[in-house]
Amino acid sequence: MSYEPATAVLDEETHEAINIDRSKGDFTFPERNKFDAGRGLTEKTIDYISDVKDDPQWVREFRHKALKVFRDKPTPTNWATEDLNSINFDEIRYYLSDGEKPKRSWDDVPPDVLETFERLGIPQQERAFLAGVEAQFDSEAAYSNVKEELTKQGVIFVTSAEGLKEHEEIFRPWFGKVIPTGDNKYAALNSAVFSGGSFIYIPKGVKLKQPLQAYFRINSESFGQFERTLIIADEGSEVMYMEGCTAPKFETATLHSAVVELVALKGAKIQYVTVQNWSSNVFNLVTKRGLAMEDAEVRWIDCNIGSRLTMKYPGVIMKGERARGEVISIALANTGQHQDTGAKMIHAANNTTSNVVSKSISVGEGRATYRGQVHIPKHLKGCKNNTECDALLINSHSRTDTYPAITVRGNQHATQHEASVSQVSEEMLFYMQQRGLNEGQAMSLAVNGFINDLVREFPMEYSVELKRLIDLEMEGSVG
Amino acid sequence: MSLHIQDLQATLEDGTEILKGVTLEIPKGEVHAIMGPNGSGKSTLSKVIAGHEGYVVTGGSVTIDGEDIEEMSIDERSRAGIFLAFQYPAEVPGVSNANFIRAALQARLPKGEEIDAVAYYKNLYAKMDLLEMDRKFTARAVNEGFSGGEKKRNEILQMMMLEPQYCILDETDSGLDIDALKIVAKGVNAMRSPDRGMLLITHYQRLLDYIKPDHVHVMAEGRIVRSGGPELAHELEKHGYDFLKEAAMA
Repeated sequence: MSYEPATAVLDEETHEAINIDRSKGDFTFPERNKFDAGRGLTEKTIDYISDVKDDPQWVREFRHKALKVFRDKPTPTNWATEDLNSINFDEIRYYLSDGEKPKRSWDDVPPDVLETFERLGIPQQERAFLAGVEAQFDSEAAYSNVKEELTKQGVIFVTSAEGLKEHEEIFRPWFGKVIPTGDNKYAALNSAVFSGGSFIYIPKGVKLKQPLQAYFRINSESFGQFERTLIIADEGSEVMYMEGCTAPKFETATLHSAVVELVALKGAKIQYVTVQNWSSNVFNLVTKRGLAMEDAEVRWIDCNIGSRLTMKYPGVIMKGERARGEVISIALANTGQHQDTGAKMIHAANNTTSNVVSKSISVGEGRATYRGQVHIPKHLKGCKNNTECDALLINSHSRTDTYPAITVRGNQHATQHEASVSQVSEEMLFYMQQRGLNEGQAMSLAVNGFINDLVREFPMEYSVELKRLIDLEMEGSVG
Repeated sequence: MSLHIQDLQATLEDGTEILKGVTLEIPKGEVHAIMGPNGSGKSTLSKVIAGHEGYVVTGGSVTIDGEDIEEMSIDERSRAGIFLAFQYPAEVPGVSNANFIRAALQARLPKGEEIDAVAYYKNLYAKMDLLEMDRKFTARAVNEGFSGGEKKRNEILQMMMLEPQYCILDETDSGLDIDALKIVAKGVNAMRSPDRGMLLITHYQRLLDYIKPDHVHVMAEGRIVRSGGPELAHELEKHGYDFLKEAAMA
């Protein structure tokens, strides 16, 4: 039986149908910013941000140092896409806010901001299944709240600005330690202008039954969002953190460059879930890394559907014995999109285990790239890594690349790597259509089937939403 | 009320002629069988009726209960009542059988109407019991890792669930041992009804011992060369397809 590419049976309508429904996030309200750092990035921009945020001196210095690093580092087009050169750093607005402190009650949130988050379903989800929510609108959180019983147990869930000021003794020792300023150009940029994001501390032995959620919303054109998140799970604690994001589709490109640092102390467990659905003109250049101490576990569950270019390689440094690291990743690249994602697994102690499962779908002229790095040094023993990356191409213009780099020194380790590229064949489509499904429905089912085992790793509420998004995208405008 | 194929001609995309004028009428309530050697165009006929886009219809027509289906897409033909049990069913990785059949049923409902899950599973399990299928089957991905027999049973299960008006079974007996064949035949016979027409495509007479056809047609080189009653199948079994050559000469 032949498995020809399905190009021949895909018409324009179906191509369109495969577009994720971004209409849900495609709306905007007029700006009413009290604070606006203007366009471009200079020392003055940094001072403006530090003044508005009333930064402690050490943070101001941290920012200025980072700006130098950012300027010194070249754009990494030697290995990454030339499209990075399209970002005009002089045109970006680095800080926008209405000057309001984050509210603890939705009743106090300004009506337009409240309506934004209601349309995105955030307050409803909070009532249904969340332990706490932070909702960021451009540079600052409009709302931040955590259930009272968790506060009583000592759980801290605040914005990064509150974290560095009010919890400096916990915040400062870890801040910038998992991801140093000089890690890469965009981490340096974030370190210079960061605003918003969460600081979370889970005390020893506290296990959160419900997830915490952050929602990042870009409302203004030409804006750059640079949230900074630090999560510390103390010994034996457990937390799941989920983030979502949307932006309206503007005429000009928008930049989102976050830094997320996770610290799982002895026996702690952190799961970090992302559903990234930025509009298709957002450059999404994000650095995410976790540190797992003895018997600790860090899991990144990552889904990238939106953006023009995403570059994101969540990592885990397994620093304590028997630490575990995992990256579960789904990427969907449509025409005009490049999802350049992957994972970094750094084994730094004996008997550490890492697992990477990545699935990408390339639609139309979309491009999905997997970059993986697994590092196991010679002096260790008993380390294990499993890497699987599968790519699904919807038609012949779609593109996928895989760049795995597995460095294993010493001979007391076990690693395995599997990669596959497949296509939705004409025969499969014909079979499904013969059962009465139209092209869009058939394609949607095939795509859902391809990622089904990974979708199950997402919390129920998110997996339902993910499936719905994919169904909508595939079926929406067909027939 | 019938599936009516009139002087149907079809070629491959490169122009190679496969069907050279096939005429066949399958009224509701009747079971017809097409027999013929490999390469006679039997499987092509089933795919062309289903609307496969790898063939070009160059002449003739197919009508369902008087309605020409030429302009209908593959899925529209399916929803209009045509079901094809595949000789080699495709695998759909990651999609469970239960979800697949449910999606196919859902596609037949008006917008906004949802399948009743309880009734659906009750119906599904009843049909699976008749076909002696394990309950675990519902969670397995469509045809993935299925044995030949399991695939064929799955085709019959889908047919029973979708309740089509016209069933075309393409080489359903191939790759089946005798026990599996009996079970599959039981399912097909349970589907026989005054409201349904069936077309069995087979190379061997064996299937027709278990599913008795009302009419038998012999196809060779893209045409129906002989038609008759069930006895024609036995004649073929006895003399092989060689006598067709004589028939063609005559």
